[in-house]
Parts: sequence; C-alpha cells; structure tokens
Amino acid sequence: MSQTLSAEGVGQGNSSAGWKRFLSPENRYLSPILITAILLAGQLSYGILESFARTLLAIVTSIVAELVLSKIFYGRWPHLASAYISGISVGILIRSPAFWPYALCALISITSKYLFRVNGRHIWNPSNFGISAMLVLASATVAGLSIQWGNFLWPMIVIWALGSAIIWRLHRFHICATYVVSFMGFAFLRSWMTGSPWQSEIAPITGPMYQLFVFFMITDPKTTVKAKWAQCVVVFAVAGVEMVLRLHQAVYAPFYALFLVGPLALLLETYLASRQRRAYAMAA
Amino acid sequence: MKPRRSAKFILALFFVALLFVPFVLQRRDTRHAAAQGAISSATALARYGFYFDEVSKQAGINFIHEAPTLDPRLDAIMPEVASMGASVSIVDFDRDGWPDLYVTNSAIGSRNHLYRNMHDGTFQDVAEKMGVADVNRAGTGVSMGAVWGDYDNDGYEDMFLIKWGKPELFHNDHGHGFTQVGDEAGLPPWINANTAVWFDYDGDGKLDLFVGGYYPENVNLWKLDNTRMMPESFEYAKNGGRKYLFHNLGNGKFEEVSQKVGITSRRWALAAAAADLRGTGRQDLFIANDYGVSELFLNDGGRFHEAGQQTGVGAAPKSGMNAAFGDIFDQGKYSIYVSNISEEGVLIQGNNLWVPDESAPKGSLRYTNMARDMGVELGGWSFGAQFGDLNNDGNLDLYLVNGYVSLDRSKSYWYDFTKIAGGNSTIIDDAKNWPAMKGRSLSGYQQKKVWLNDGEGKFEDVARAVGVADTHDGRSVAMADLWNRGVLDVVVANQRGPLLVYKNHVKPGNRWIEFALEGTRSNRSAIGAEVTVYWNGKQQIQQVSGGSGFAAQNDRRLHFGLGPDAQIDKAVIRWPSGTKQVVHDLAPDKLYHILEAK
Repeated sequence: MSQTLSAEGVGQGNSSAGWKRFLSPENRYLSPILITAILLAGQLSYGILESFARTLLAIVTSIVAELVLSKIFYGRWPHLASAYISGISVGILIRSPAFWPYALCALISITSKYLFRVNGRHIWNPSNFGISAMLVLASATVAGLSIQWGNFLWPMIVIWALGSAIIWRLHRFHICATYVVSFMGFAFLRSWMTGSPWQSEIAPITGPMYQLFVFFMITDPKTTVKAKWAQCVVVFAVAGVEMVLRLHQAVYAPFYALFLVGPLALLLETYLASRQRRAYAMAA
Repeated sequence: MKPRRSAKFILALFFVALLFVPFVLQRRDTRHAAAQGAISSATALARYGFYFDEVSKQAGINFIHEAPTLDPRLDAIMPEVASMGASVSIVDFDRDGWPDLYVTNSAIGSRNHLYRNMHDGTFQDVAEKMGVADVNRAGTGVSMGAVWGDYDNDGYEDMFLIKWGKPELFHNDHGHGFTQVGDEAGLPPWINANTAVWFDYDGDGKLDLFVGGYYPENVNLWKLDNTRMMPESFEYAKNGGRKYLFHNLGNGKFEEVSQKVGITSRRWALAAAAADLRGTGRQDLFIANDYGVSELFLNDGGRFHEAGQQTGVGAAPKSGMNAAFGDIFDQGKYSIYVSNISEEGVLIQGNNLWVPDESAPKGSLRYTNMARDMGVELGGWSFGAQFGDLNNDGNLDLYLVNGYVSLDRSKSYWYDFTKIAGGNSTIIDDAKNWPAMKGRSLSGYQQKKVWLNDGEGKFEDVARAVGVADTHDGRSVAMADLWNRGVLDVVVANQRGPLLVYKNHVKPGNRWIEFALEGTRSNRSAIGAEVTVYWNGKQQIQQVSGGSGFAAQNDRRLHFGLGPDAQIDKAVIRWPSGTKQVVHDLAPDKLYHILEAK
C-alpha cells in the first residue's frame, strides 16, 4: 500500500513538475502552441483565415528565411519557434485575396530581424515590422485583420483567460495587463474627446487582432526592455501613441504605435546600459 | 560569430528590394489604369468595339432616387442604414415587343416609376396610371426592388415588389393596369427584404417566389422597439431576416414552404439568383449574404440542401451584395459573380468570380474563385453587376456599379466603421453604439467598372474609355436591348441619385442573335429556360432569369453576341418542363420568338 502511495506520490510530483516545466518561460514551444491553438480554434469554428494555403505560405516562407539567414549570418541552424510565430502571425493578421503579400510580409519580417540589430539584439518585433510595412506599402492589396471571429462572447473570454494564464506563467502578464488597462483608459478619454460612444472606442480590443497583438507582439521577450517597470512604461507609451494615432483616424494604430515605440525603448535601454557600464568602468 | 560586412550589405539591398515589390506592382496597375482614361467615342469604338452615351434626359427620364428616413434613433448612422432601395427591373409589361423599365423609390410618400418604352428613343412614366406608383405609403414601408414573372400564366408579367415593409404582389391586367393581390395571395404582413427571385423550383409549370430577408421581419425600421437591430458580426452574422419560399398553388394563392423544403437561414441576404448549376433540369438557388458566407441551395427536386461550404462558394465570409450567372468561357457552364467590399488600406475582401472547377470529380460541383486571375476582383464597395456581351464579340462582359455613401468628399467614415465592425456582437448589434457619420463619406464617389472579356481568361476595365464616368452610389444594374437594335443597353439605379440609361453603340460587323421565349408546358415567362447557341465552333449558354444582380432583373429576351462572320449551327433550348427543342437554320442579327413545343 505504502509503495503504491509512494508511487502515486512520485507520479503526482512528476506530473506536476512536468506541467511546471511545460508552462515555464524556458519552454520555447509554449507560445507556438498557444498561437496554433488559437488559429485552429478560430479556423475550425469560424473559418477565420483567408485560406489555410495563404497562412501556410507565410509560415513556410518565414521558416525558410530564418533557416537561410541564420546559417549565412551565424553559421548555425536556428530554433524555429520564433520564425513559426512570425509566420503564423503574418498568416492571421494580414488579409489579402492575393498570395504574394503573405510571402513578402514573412520575408520582410524575418529579414528585418537580421538587418536591424543593436548589440546583437533585433530592435523591431519581426511580424510587427512586416505587417506595418505591408499595411503602408501595399495598401491596395493588403488589409489587417479587423473583424471579429464569430459572434459570441465566450470564445473571446476563453482566449483572454487562457492567454492570460499562460502569459502569467511566462512572467509577462504585467505587460498585457498594463497595456489593456492603458488602452481602456485612453478609450474612455477618446470617447470623451470625440463624442463617440465609449462602446465603439473599446470595440477594437474585443477583437482577435488585439488578442494576438497583446499576447504575442508586445510581450515578445527579444524586443522588450528588461526591467519589469520599464516594460510597463513602454506598453503604456505604446497605448499612448496609439491613442494619438487613433485620434488621427489610423485604422491600424496599435501596429504603428508598437513600430514607433518598441525600437526607441530598446535603443534607450541600450544607451542607458552602455552609459552605466562606462560609469562603472570609470569608477573601477 | 559576427556576420560579414558584405553579407550585411547584400542583405540590406535585398531588404530594400523587398520593400519596393508592392511599389512596383502598384505602379504597374496604375499605369494600366491610366491607359483606360477617357478617350473619344470613335477611338473607343475602334479599340473596344463599343461605347456608351448616357441618354436618360433625351429619353425623357428625370428620376432621382429618394432614400428612406427611418426611426430617429438611427439618425447618427442614417446614411448607412438607409443605403439601399434604388433598383431597376426591365420588363415588357404591355407585350408590345419593347422593353419597359420599373424603378423603385424609397422615401415614404415617394413614387415608383414605370417607364413605358415609346419606341422612339423616349420613355413615358405610366406608373400612376397603371397603379404601381403610390406604393411607399406610411405604415407600409418602402420599396427595395421589383421582380417580374407571369405567376398565373396569362401572358402578362406580374410584379412582386420587394420592400422593407409590407410585400406586395401586383397582378398585371393585360397591360392596362395592375391590381394589388398580395393579401389574397397569402403574403406575410411584413418582410425587410432586398432580394426576391421568381423560379419554378418544383417544375410544375407555375412560378414560385423566393424572398430573402435582410433585417429580421419583426423589426419595423420606422418604429424600432430598440436599437439592437444591427448585425451581430461583420462576417458571421446569423441574426438577419428569415427566408421565404412561396409555392404557387395555381389559384392566385401561395403557400410558404421554406422550412418544408430546407431553406432555413437567418443570414443577411442581399442578392439571390437561380440557375440549373448541375444540369439536373431543376434550378438551384444562390444567395449572396451580407456579413457572412454565401449560400448555395441545391435543388434535389422539391427539397434543397445547402452546399456552400462543400462547393467552395461558402467558405470565406465576406459582404455579398450581388449574384449573377454568366458563361464567361463559352463552354456551356455558368460562373457566378458575387460582389463584396474593397477599400484601399482598410478592407480588401475582393469580389468573387466563382468558376466551375473542371477537375472536380464527375457528378460533384465545385467552384474556384478566379476573380483575381481574371481581373475582376477589385471594384470598390461593389453592389450590382450583370454579365452581357456589350460589344457583340461573342464573350460575356461584366458591368459593375459601386460606391456606398457619397457625402463629404474630404471626410471618411472608414476609421469609425472599422472600429465598430471589429467589435464583439454585444457592441456591434446595437445601433446606438455606432459612431455618428456626421456627413462623412464611406467609400463614396467610386468609378464604375466595365470589364471587357477578351475571351482568353482576362477582363479589362474600360469604363471611362467607353463613356462610363459617373460616380454616383450605384446599386442596381440591368441590361436589355432597349430599342431593338441588336445591342445591350445598360440601365443603372443609383441611391439618392439619378437613373442612368447608357445607350450602347456597337461597331458594325459584330453579329448577334436574340431569343424571346414563351412557355406552354413550362411557366409562360419561360423563367429557367436555357438557350445554348452553337456557332463557329463555340457555344454559349444563357437562361431566362427571374431576378439577378442586386435588386435587378434583366430583360427576359436573351441576347447573344456572335462576333464577325458568324455561322450559327443551332440553338438548343431546354425548357423548365424538361422539353428540349433544337432550332436550326438560324440567321444572325435577328430576334426569334420561340414558343415551347407542346
């Protein structure tokens, strides 16, 4: 009996440890799994994609570009989780009846990652860069995802709850929470300023574009600043810039806001860090 | 490992090249579009084989559509909600052999017009005299369109008036007037519909009527119970009006059978059309829905099953606003054109050209969207479209009207529209949550499209070149040989705008043939009858339609362009009764009246 109990106890411990390992920041497969789950749930229930083929094209292009560029520039085969997320984000977040924008957007995204680097870090979130570029440069053919997936409240609540739980485990929930709270605050401010119903101002954040933006773009570990408080300040700034862009009727304001604020924050952090290093060096 | 400087330089060049790709593609398209600017009529005739003159004034038509004014609680977004109702249907209501026009108006108290063709290039409004003018009375709703069919087989086309309100059926009293018979016929008290189609779904020789609801039927748009009457989603809405299939009992009465035959949908129907898509001898029903996927109800003989997903036409949700059939490859098969919304930088749905998939297993029906490949994808905020051979070269061309709300040119409502369109159902379905339009335009002042079919898989937009330069908010387009000249003229109804009559001038030398069919065993209007003309090794199929496009109906006479040196082998007519009639010894440049063989 005791052996059995002991075995059960060990088993439970292993299972729990397994889950903890699975839901840990070190698990680089967690985000790909989450975004894939969102994609599949949306597509199988509502057919959210322009087509599977287009999304697949974006994913494959993204992965191939990552493999080639990593091998050329660093002489090694890369971990593909990041490229996969970039590809799938592109596949979901841009809408075009044509195929070429999906491949082009994925290529721009990954290429930007290797081109714009400071102290070994890329400064733009790749898919944010690619999508922003396409929305500006190919507006005749490309639009962003700006509609709901389905009609019901509960899928939205499930995605927000599940996403939040996972992001919590990844120790990045504060980023999402700060952004959402800031967005809501600015939404009410905009409503007061413009006279638009407040419901219309908060409407965008109930859509899937924001779910992906909040969980996968603004939380990207590679392109966010390091200090926790600074991460909160940066996403507050993103929401603030977005507010200004929205007052100027920019439909894809969140992408553009992150495009503008994200690199500036990283550059500032890099500058401050180097200044601090110099100060230490001088003091030493 | 540090990347080499040269590799980084090459990468930078590659990156810049990538950024230039959209620019290059766009520049190519712009150059192409610039080539289609206005040119002289002589040049258009030489280059494209036709040009249009807008002749409404000369023809005595001075009609301006009036939009409805709905419940004051919708004032903030009134231009958007009250954005439909302009329609045109073409019918020879007095059987004098010349097509007449029926045009709807949509303000309470406004008059609809019935333009009788005076045979001399002019039209005269006889709606008052005929009793079909004063149909937009307070408490009964307003007109959204009209479709014509001889439901009692007395030889005269009767009219179903599509309304947001009390639907009306008008019996044609032998061309001398109309009698309102909706109550006796058993029509429901209220439907908020934008589409209806006459077709004989059960092949009993009597025309039945499909009516597709848009807003739910319990919504009175002039006296709202509450403001939660908007779609629950921009692309997945299922809270629209119900569908009706009125089975013609033959005694002036109709029985509503939609549930019984399997047509159950609450999507927001905007356009419906019927055609025999599988060669079964029974007409199937295609519905283009706003805020969602299209539906294809295949007719299994008395019952229907929905096959949109299975056939491919109902896979991707868009904003369907048109349904038109055309044999664009001259292969004896219909393609289907569905219009949607495309606005640069905001929303690129793209219109759909559903072409039958030749590689589909035998016996199954499958469509591929070829709109992009064939050049008919981007048409702005598209509404009505019709196929017709505009230059008589033997290939069906496509005329598309567009433009949603044209108000202040310098201010756009798009930003606010996208905000709310992306909202959850609890937000989007309540009109009070929608930002006020404040006189702003929403895809306004758009250039129409006249896509010329080159017969080799490409369409070219020649609208401005052939004289179509209007930028009104186009809704409904219909085609007919208005003056019996052997060419297709085009009539366009514009929301809050004028009715336009485009008189067609076609290069001499291209031949044509027309057919006026009359059923005996089949319904007398011959709706659903198909004619396949075989000439010069080619074939083209057309059918008599009980309504197609958006809130429109073409003339029942079928017009085939044949190109030069036409040698007609035969015409095969398949009647809805199943009778097959083969006609030989046909000469081009003639209209043939054909009575169904008994």
